[in-house]
Amino acid sequence: MESCNCIEPQWPADELLMRYQYISDFFIALAYFSIPLELIYFVKKSAVFPYRWVLVQFGAFIVLCGATHLINLWTFTMHSRTVAIVMTAAKVLTAAVSCATALMLVHIIPDLLSVKTRELFLKNKAAELDREMGLIRTQEETGRHVRMLTHEIRSTLDRHTILKTTLVELGRTLGLEECALWMPTRSGVELQLSYTLHHQNPFGFTVPIQLPVINQVFSTNRAVKISPNSPVAKLRPSGKYMQGEVVAVRVPLLHLSNFQINDWPELSTKRYALMVLMLPSDSARQWHVHELELVEVVADQVAVALSHAAILEESMRARDLLMDQNVALDLARREAETAVRARNDFLAVMNHEMRTPMHAIVALSSLLQETELTPEQRLMVETILKSSNLLATLINDVLDLSRLEDGSLQLDIEPFDLHGLFKEVINLIKPIASVKKLFVTLSMSSDLPEYAIGDEKRLMQIMLNVVGNAVKFSREGGISISASVAKSDSLRDPRAPDFFPVLSDNHFYLRVQVKDTGSGISPQDIPKLFTKFAQSQSLAAKNSGGSGLGLAICKRFVNLMDGHIWLESEGLGKGCTAIFMVKLGLRGRSNEAKLQYVSRAPVNHVRTNFTGLKVIVMDDNGVSRMVTKGLLVHLGCDVATVSSGDECLKVVNNEHKVVFMDVSIPGIDIYAVAVRIHEKFARRRDRPLIVALTGNTDRVTKESCMRVGMDGVILKPVSVDKMRSVLSELLDHGVLLEAQ
Amino acid sequence: MDGVILLQKQLVDYSTSLYKEGFLDDQFKQLQQLQDESNPDFVVEVVYLFFEDSERLLNELSKTLNQQIVDFKKVDAHVHQLKGSSSSIGAQRVQKVCIAFRNYCEEQNTEGCLRCLQLVKHEYSLVKNKLETMFKLEKQVLAAGGSIPMH
Repeated sequence: MESCNCIEPQWPADELLMRYQYISDFFIALAYFSIPLELIYFVKKSAVFPYRWVLVQFGAFIVLCGATHLINLWTFTMHSRTVAIVMTAAKVLTAAVSCATALMLVHIIPDLLSVKTRELFLKNKAAELDREMGLIRTQEETGRHVRMLTHEIRSTLDRHTILKTTLVELGRTLGLEECALWMPTRSGVELQLSYTLHHQNPFGFTVPIQLPVINQVFSTNRAVKISPNSPVAKLRPSGKYMQGEVVAVRVPLLHLSNFQINDWPELSTKRYALMVLMLPSDSARQWHVHELELVEVVADQVAVALSHAAILEESMRARDLLMDQNVALDLARREAETAVRARNDFLAVMNHEMRTPMHAIVALSSLLQETELTPEQRLMVETILKSSNLLATLINDVLDLSRLEDGSLQLDIEPFDLHGLFKEVINLIKPIASVKKLFVTLSMSSDLPEYAIGDEKRLMQIMLNVVGNAVKFSREGGISISASVAKSDSLRDPRAPDFFPVLSDNHFYLRVQVKDTGSGISPQDIPKLFTKFAQSQSLAAKNSGGSGLGLAICKRFVNLMDGHIWLESEGLGKGCTAIFMVKLGLRGRSNEAKLQYVSRAPVNHVRTNFTGLKVIVMDDNGVSRMVTKGLLVHLGCDVATVSSGDECLKVVNNEHKVVFMDVSIPGIDIYAVAVRIHEKFARRRDRPLIVALTGNTDRVTKESCMRVGMDGVILKPVSVDKMRSVLSELLDHGVLLEAQ
Repeated sequence: MDGVILLQKQLVDYSTSLYKEGFLDDQFKQLQQLQDESNPDFVVEVVYLFFEDSERLLNELSKTLNQQIVDFKKVDAHVHQLKGSSSSIGAQRVQKVCIAFRNYCEEQNTEGCLRCLQLVKHEYSLVKNKLETMFKLEKQVLAAGGSIPMH
């Protein structure tokens, strides 16, 4: 190239400026080249950089700018066309990339800015979490304190220790100035200061329980801030300027019955104690929530611990009581055994030793009675005999009873004459009854077996006892004894609900009923009757002798015979009915035994005493009636007189045994009366025997009498002896075999 | 003491005579046997009842027999009663008359009845006197301190 028309640089003095430009460009280029390198280096180093593409673009943009500036270096001097082209190319590229970058940046910069925002946000969050972490740590510490406190509290079962520990630990944990516990008094009207942290023995302080501040605390299970001036908080002399904050919480006092299975006890019986906690004064400390929570939890724990302590106390006390009782029982048992042995020894001795002299007394007194005595002497001997008999009876009763109780009594089971037994009882009792002008009647049911197997002596004893009682307590009227075989429906008597008789082929139940018209028994005394030695007030009248053992013994015997005995009475003065049922064996159909017994029965046995036999005399002639009555009364009967057939039918009942009818009464159809009597009493055993008294014994009369069902005919006049044998035959055989 | 024995002897003699003369029979003895401590006045009571009864009956009889038309049934009833009473206490002679009396009643013989009535009255008053006397004697014996001897 020759000279170009380029303008020669005019400024050789600007060579300095050119030089500086040259250097600056160089450095710019350098910088421009190194920046991307740095970027690339650092991006490669960092793991996370989301905008690589932007970086590349940016890098390209910078590289090209740098290239431009670098190429600019050559343009200061003469440069060839190539350089110019390169320069141009570089510039073009640079332009393109810069534009692209510019466009790109429009999208990118907001994103970058938001990243910044997020970063800020995260930083805040981190700070928050830090704070919370701090809180949790605090709580955890609190929890630790509670656990420690609980552990301390629950490690003892002593109430006092529990409470003291609570206060001490709370005071320590929370840094309290004062901590106090108010317990309700027994009356429940006041709260008494029971424990404090710093006063060793608080006493006397009480506040009424109905204060509003106390009600406020008791009404919620949370710790409540109360005023330091309230009476419960005035625990220390308030010399300080500023009292610390006070918190009070209720402590439920639980009873065993408060605990339900599934849920925490509902505090239905509200007895609370009050715990008051005071922060140190002058400390500007405040109660924090977590501290209040701590207090509430502690209060609940204390309640539980106290309950446990109370339960333990109870069970210790109960155990001690039981031990004492055991000791006492053991002692009592040994004493009882000793007593029983002593009694048995005593009885063994008594049995023989006492009976021997008794026997002597009784025997000799009765012998003495047989000799010649003046009336005064006889009276004395009789009294001796009576008294000694009484004594002998007493001894026997007592001995029997103790043997019965020991279970050592055995029944003598043997065949015996049942009918005969009853008759003998009647014979024994009639003299006594007739002295008291009481009648005695006996009715035996037709199905009552003649012979039975059982303990005759004891059965007799029972009968005599029962009948004797009936006689003893009757002052007028009489005794009626009825014996029958108990039927299955009557066996289960509603009045004897414990009695379960079992029927069998070999046994039958004898039912005996003794009814008296005596003083009766009031219903409340009936259960006591069979108790030993118990005599009710009304019965302990002047007539009663005996020890009160009789019925008790009867009951024992009856029970031994698988039976039951009870008394009924409609009340005082209304008489009394004694009923007993005993099990007796049935005799087999063997004949030898029967013959044996039959031969024992006397053939022409004439009774001599008909005491209490109820009869009716029907006669319209006053004199004749009176004479017949006198006759029967002389023989001991209980006579009712009537003068007409109608009257007779009205009066007659199943207690009358014989009706004596004077058949010479004109105008009255005696025979009709007899028929009517037959109709009235359907069952033979209830019907009285009908005997005609007549002046003539011709055959017609006799036949008419027999035809209408009369049981006998007597010819008037009747002598005492004749009447006696008539009655005897009537009662023995139920019929007069021949006209007397 | 002698007085008592004397009185007793008197009593015994008297009652024996009554029996001998047929005023009283064995029935009366039976009555006496019925008397005991529980019934001390039995005999006296019965006898006085007999007196009352008899007097009443005799009056009735008189009335009935003196009617225009005699009701023999009624008469018979009364006599029957009287017979029963007298036989009950052993007034033998009265009883015998009553038997006769009844026969007349059956025959409806007014005359006979009236005559019997008279007889009965007579016998009755006799036996009444005798019995009253005997009771007086008994009282005397008792008052003197003795006891009535049993036959």
